[in-house]
Amino acid sequence: MFPRSDNFIAAMHRAVLMMPNQMCIREVTVNLENGLHLAPSSQIVQLAQKFGCALSIRKGERTVDGTSMLELLTLAAEHGAVLQLEARGDRAEEAIEAISQLFERNFEVEEPA
Amino acid sequence: MRLSDFVVPEAILPDLKVDTKEAAIRKMVESLAGCGSIQTEDQESIIAAILKREELGSTGIGNGVAVPHTKHPSVDRLVATIALAKDGVDFASLDGEDVFILFLLVSPPDRPGDHLRALENISRHLRNHNFCSFLKQATSSKAVVELLDEADNNQLG
Repeated sequence: MFPRSDNFIAAMHRAVLMMPNQMCIREVTVNLENGLHLAPSSQIVQLAQKFGCALSIRKGERTVDGTSMLELLTLAAEHGAVLQLEARGDRAEEAIEAISQLFERNFEVEEPA
Repeated sequence: MRLSDFVVPEAILPDLKVDTKEAAIRKMVESLAGCGSIQTEDQESIIAAILKREELGSTGIGNGVAVPHTKHPSVDRLVATIALAKDGVDFASLDGEDVFILFLLVSPPDRPGDHLRALENISRHLRNHNFCSFLKQATSSKAVVELLDEADNNQLG
């Protein structure tokens, strides 16, 4: 370790605080019986838009843009699939919390008839 | 799963002219009934179920595409049709834009995996700019069917 002055540490601290983009990662599991179909995917996209975040969602080897319905639907995430969410933006933490809650509440929607 | 596994060629509407979302859905379901993919006596019930699903949130997923759908016990396999609306239809889409390409799906209630894979399949092809662009330009059912075949065979680049 190089010796670092207090000024240097304070400067780094300020730089971190001023970083425009937060990044948050969280792992969630799809508990929907029918998998991540269109209605829940739409809820995710709308939350990402609401918080103005970039959102990537990874399933296994594949990562897609979670702010795009077309991308999200190509994951075909079935019941039991584990997804890693990664949000970037000033409100990334709020976004990831809200989106994780969707999964925890099992999207609170009636299954489409 | 391939597009040709569930899209019924005879039910494709290459030139849909309607003013409303409800009219678009009605025409597409009638087309499926017209070629015997669903029973005529189930038609109204299927239309009602699709409209009810739309009330939960539009299936206009952006990029000029909508995927109205429902599960219905009257079908024993996933059936779908495509409509192209050159003038666009207001589908109350997520991005606020009109819809030009519609995929309508009716699936058996006990096969959620098929529905998910069909959505995956449709979305994967619609991400391909060539597929979207050629689909919007298609003027006959035959041209649409050929395009679906090319997409299934990954010939669109």
